[in-house]
This record gives sequence, structure tokens and C-alpha cells, in this order.
Amino acid sequence: MESWTEFVIARYNYWIVIVLMMIGLYTVFARGNLVKKIVGLNIFQTSVFIFYITIGKVAGGTAPIYIGDELYHGDGHGDGHGDEPHGAAADHGADAGASLHAKIENDLGANDLKAAANDLTLDEGVIAGEGGHDAASLHTAPDDAAKIANEQLIDAGKSASQGFDIAADAAHGAVEAAAYHSEVIYTNPLPHVLILTAIVVGVAGTAVGLALAVRIREAYGTIEEDELEAMDNVAEFGAAAEATGTRG
Amino acid sequence: MNFAAQLPVLPVIIPLVLAPFAMLMPNGRAPHAWATFVSWLTFAACAFLLAAVNDAGVISYQLGDWAPPLGIEYRVDLANALVLFLVSGIAAVVFPFAYASVRLEIDERQSSFFYCALLICLTGLLGVTITGDAFNVFVFLEISSLSAYALIAMGARRDRRALTAAFNYLIMGTIGATFFVIGVGLLYQATGTLNMADLHDRLLGQSNRVVDAGFAFIVVGIGLKLAMFPMHLWLPGAYTYAPSAVSAFLAATATKVAVYVLIRFIDTVFGFQFEFLGAAFTWVFLPLGLAGMFIASLVAVFQDDIKRMLAYSSVGQIGYMLLGISFGTVEGLSASLVHMFNHALMKGALFMAVACVVLRAGSHSIQAFAGLSKRMPYTTWAFIISGLSLVGVPLTVGFVSKWYLLQASFAAGFWYAGFLIVASSLIAVLYIGRIVELMLLREPAEEGPYAIPAKDAPLSMLIPMWFLVAMNVYFGLNTELTGGIANRAAEALMVMAGAGAP
Repeated sequence: MESWTEFVIARYNYWIVIVLMMIGLYTVFARGNLVKKIVGLNIFQTSVFIFYITIGKVAGGTAPIYIGDELYHGDGHGDGHGDEPHGAAADHGADAGASLHAKIENDLGANDLKAAANDLTLDEGVIAGEGGHDAASLHTAPDDAAKIANEQLIDAGKSASQGFDIAADAAHGAVEAAAYHSEVIYTNPLPHVLILTAIVVGVAGTAVGLALAVRIREAYGTIEEDELEAMDNVAEFGAAAEATGTRG
Repeated sequence: MNFAAQLPVLPVIIPLVLAPFAMLMPNGRAPHAWATFVSWLTFAACAFLLAAVNDAGVISYQLGDWAPPLGIEYRVDLANALVLFLVSGIAAVVFPFAYASVRLEIDERQSSFFYCALLICLTGLLGVTITGDAFNVFVFLEISSLSAYALIAMGARRDRRALTAAFNYLIMGTIGATFFVIGVGLLYQATGTLNMADLHDRLLGQSNRVVDAGFAFIVVGIGLKLAMFPMHLWLPGAYTYAPSAVSAFLAATATKVAVYVLIRFIDTVFGFQFEFLGAAFTWVFLPLGLAGMFIASLVAVFQDDIKRMLAYSSVGQIGYMLLGISFGTVEGLSASLVHMFNHALMKGALFMAVACVVLRAGSHSIQAFAGLSKRMPYTTWAFIISGLSLVGVPLTVGFVSKWYLLQASFAAGFWYAGFLIVASSLIAVLYIGRIVELMLLREPAEEGPYAIPAKDAPLSMLIPMWFLVAMNVYFGLNTELTGGIANRAAEALMVMAGAGAP
């Protein structure tokens, strides 16, 4: 029973596609109003757009926008962990007792953070392998991470075990962030491009369809399919009836 | 820049780039002359391309120099070179023909837009044929369809029903195209590629529901576009109320291109390793082809509107092409290709003859044809000869088609299909014979709405029409070009499809 619900929920995007598709097709077939038909057609096409976007999604991927190397190094180390914690840590540091702070850091946090820093060095070394700029940012990273850890420690409470957990989390987060930014996963851009094309085609089709609806209204005075059909039938028999008299 | 190296892209580039100029021209003769000129240029490019492919084999052109699996590839082999030759050839004949007919049937102020749309429609049809990229097929299919909706709607000046016919075509055509896109999306999901040859490689050995569903969506989508028998409802209305020249052009090209796309997807993309295909042949194409041959042809017998009758006949003729495909043999496929080519010649000529009658009589009702031989003898005989070709009388292309189809059905062991081909041809005798009897043996109406002045169509219409009629006879006697090329094209397709039994 659990697996069944999981099956449904895990594929929620496909259900959206299917439901939209059916609503769209039903509208096209069931509605007599030409404009409603066009709208139904649009809903139907939208479901296909969502389907294509679903195909392109890669788990953990970001938007397929390429950012140069420097930019995401700066993002990872500077913005995320650099500026804010600095200020905040200073404030909290002033409030809380400095001795407790130092003690916890030395006993528990620091070892972990050093390990984290080593990890970072490895990762960065492999991927970026650049000179001074990277080295500088590497050094700031563990420092900042330590400050976050400390800040959180002070906020959370004075217990050493709790402190260890949080410090470990923070360090872990720093490592993950570094790994994430060095090896960015993108979603597949091709379906997006395809569907942009399909959207253009869809808009063009809608425009032609609505233009036709306008012309039909000019020529017939209605855009209800039943009435149009009735008028066409009359026209067919009427033409046969008139044929004998008018033109001769 | 090397001209020969750029040849494959020219059939698409020439009409696409030159079409907007038609719109900038003053209404009247100029846009028509321009469209004719462009269609001849395009035809020249396609003829060169056919000759080049015939000599050198498959040509692959990489758009923007992006290598195939990632970039868009134009891949020209004998099969699509033949279809390109056919489509551009029909355009080169119908465009000069169109002037007098269009001047009567379309508002003068729309003429520059009309010829622009006609050229864009040609671009789309050629693009569908030449491309080797599955998604590109969709884009070009919609380019040709969108312009076709507009062209059909322009028939509203004579009969407002053209508007509702165009609207119905738009709804069904868009649903068809969207189904096709869903199918291509599913294939992309299963393979991660859109290039047809690459798709074929990666689909080998894949047999799962994603691919099966993709196949089904694509067949239904293209089926709507090519008016496969139960999905043909848009076609009679569209061909009946479109301007006569547009009917002649679309009837000879649009459905043929869709049939080509179907063949391309069956043989090149899926191939016979695809297990689902055998079932599709036996349970979808064969019965629907046969049903189309009989039901649509029977419906044609009871039509009082000649254009509607010819449209139903087209649905029936598409049944023959599906039948040929469904045999899954080289003979069947080449019979389909030959019939595709030949049917374009005969239907083009028949619709042109109707256009001539519409020009003089102002009607395409059956009554306008009474005693036509005494009023418009050249048009009458053009209609009769291409009508005989439609029936399949020896010395015409229709006979060649039927002969190939019969051979294929016996070779494939479907002897009853061979019998049914002959039987359904007899229905064609009925609906063509009815008109021929009317034209030759009745007295023309002296007065009333269907009284026609004893004056044949202008030479600008007679010459292209008789040229096409002559082609009906020429290719009926000389089967080297159609039969020979179609046969080799079918063999190449079969090799790609992984030959052998389905």
C-alpha cells in the first residue's frame, strides 16, 4: 500500500501532465465554442511543454546557465559564508563568555574543522588548481565555517555534546558547498530549447486559430459550432434550390 | 563558398528567404511572377540534388557545421530526393498555373500575401522531407500546416465554408502535430537523441513501453496529417473549399510528404528490430489501408461536388500507400513510393482540370460538368486522361502503381489484398466514369447557373495542366525514373531498417 502511494506521489509531475492533457483534449472535443476549442488546444499543448521540461530535469541539477569559474568560487566562499557570519559572530562573541567559546572550539570543533579544511584543499586542488586567488579563498573558508559553528554553539546552549553535533554539521555543510560549486550539475538544456520552439509554434497556431474565429464570426455572425453546422447545411440545400432561378 | 557543398540546404533556403519579398510586392502580377520564379529555382536545386544523390549516394549536410548527433543534419538519400523532386516539381507546375484561377477566386488585395504563404508552405513541405532530425520534422510540418490553414481560409471569398473547413483542419492538424511531439519526446526520453540515424542505433534492442508509446503517438500524429482513413475528416472540407490552385497543390504534395514521414519513421527510426512494428503492420496499416481504399472510394461515388469527390478519392489512394507499407517488403515499399509519386501527378492534373472548370463555370458542382466536352474540350480530355490514370488504365502512371502494388501483394503472400486492389479500382471506374459520361454524352446547359461559354481555359492554365497530363503518360511508359529510383530507395531504406521479415 505504501509503495502504491509512493509510486503515485513520486511521479506527481507526470500526473499533472496527464490531467492537463485530458482536460485540454476534452475541451477541444466537447465544447462547441470555437474560442474555447482554441483554449483547450492550448491547455493540451501546455501539458506537452511540462512533459518536455520534466524529461530535461536532472536530480540535483540547476538551471542550465553557464557561470564562469571565478564567479562561482566567489559565490561559494565569499558570499555564502564570508560576510554575514563575520558581523554576527562578532556581536554574539561580545555577548557570550569568551572562555566557553574557546574551550569548545579547541576540544571538539577544531579537529573536525581541520579535517574539513583538508577535504576542501583536496577538492579545490583537483578541480580549480589555480594560484593565489583560490588559495586565499581556501583559507577563509574554514575560518568562516568555524565562526558559524561558534556562533551557533553560543546560541544553542552550553552543552558540549550538542556543540559537537552542530560544529560537525557546519563543517560538513562547508564541504558540501565546496563540492557542489566545483562540480555543478545542470538540467538538460535541450528540452528547454525544443519547447521554446514548440511554444512559438503553439502561439502561431493560436494566432491563426483566433484570426480564423474572427473571420468566421464576420462571415456567419456566430462562433458556436452547432449553429455554424446548421447554417452550412442550409447553405448546401439553399444553393441547390436557388440554382434554378437566380442566375439565369 | 563551394556551391555544390551547399546544395542540400538550397531547397529550403531558397523559398524561405525569398518568400517575404513576395509580400512586399504590389498586388497583382508581380508576386505571382516572383513565386513562379522561386519555385523554378527550387525545382532546379531539387533536380540537381536528385542527380547528385543518384550518382554519389547519401549526402549529409550539417547545418552550421555542427556534427550530426548534436547538430541538425540534412540527410538526403534517394527516397527523400525523390519526394523533394516531386514536391518542388508540382510547385513549379502549379505556381504558373495559379495566376488566372487565383485572380478569380481570391481578393486582389490579398494576392501578395497569398503567394508568400504559398512559398512558405512549399518551404515547410521541403523541409519536412529533407531533414534528418526528428524535432525539425515537427517544426517544418507546422510551418507548412500553418500556411496551409491560411491558404485554405482564403477560399472564403467564394464560399464562406472555407473558414470552417480551415478551422477544423487547424484543430485536427494541431492535435496531430502535438501527438507527434509527444512521441518524439518519449523517444528522446528513451534515447537522449533526436537525430534519426542516431535514434535508430540507440533504439536497437530497446523494447519497452516508453518506446511503444512513442511509436503509437507518432503514428497517430502523422496519421492525422496524412489523413489515414478514420482520421481523414479534415481533408474533404479543406480540399473542397480551398482556392482551386491550392487544392491542386496541397492534394499533390501535403499528404505525400506526410506519407514519406511515416515511411521514414517506420524504416529509418524504428526499423524491423522493433517488435511492435509487425503488430502495427498487421493490425493497423493493413486493415486501415484496405478500409480506406473501399470506404472512402465508395463515399466518393456519391458526391455531388467534384472537388469533394476527388478529396475522398485521395483518402482512398492513401489507403494504397499504407497497404504497400504494411507488406514490410522491398516491393511493397517501392510500390508505395511509386504510387506516392504517381498519385501526385494524377491528382494534381485532376484538380487543375477542376480549377479550369471553376474559372469558366464558377462552380465545382457536378452539374457544371454536363456536356463539358462541347464547351471546354481541352480541359475535358485532360480530366479524362488523368481520370483514367487514377483508375489504373495501361499506358498511364496509375497502371504502373497498381502493377507494382499487385506484384508486391502477391510476393508478400497477401493474395487477397491483390484481389481487393483490383476490386477497389473498379470503384474508381464508377466515380470517374460517372463524370466522364456526364462530360461526353450529356448536352451542356444552354441557360441557368451552369451554362458555360464555349471558351476553354486560358493558355496559362492549359499548358501547365497538359504538361502534367503528359507526365502522367510519360511516366506510365518510362518507369526508369520512378520505378528504378523508388526501387533502389526502398532497398536502401530496407537495409537501414535491418531488412528481413518484420
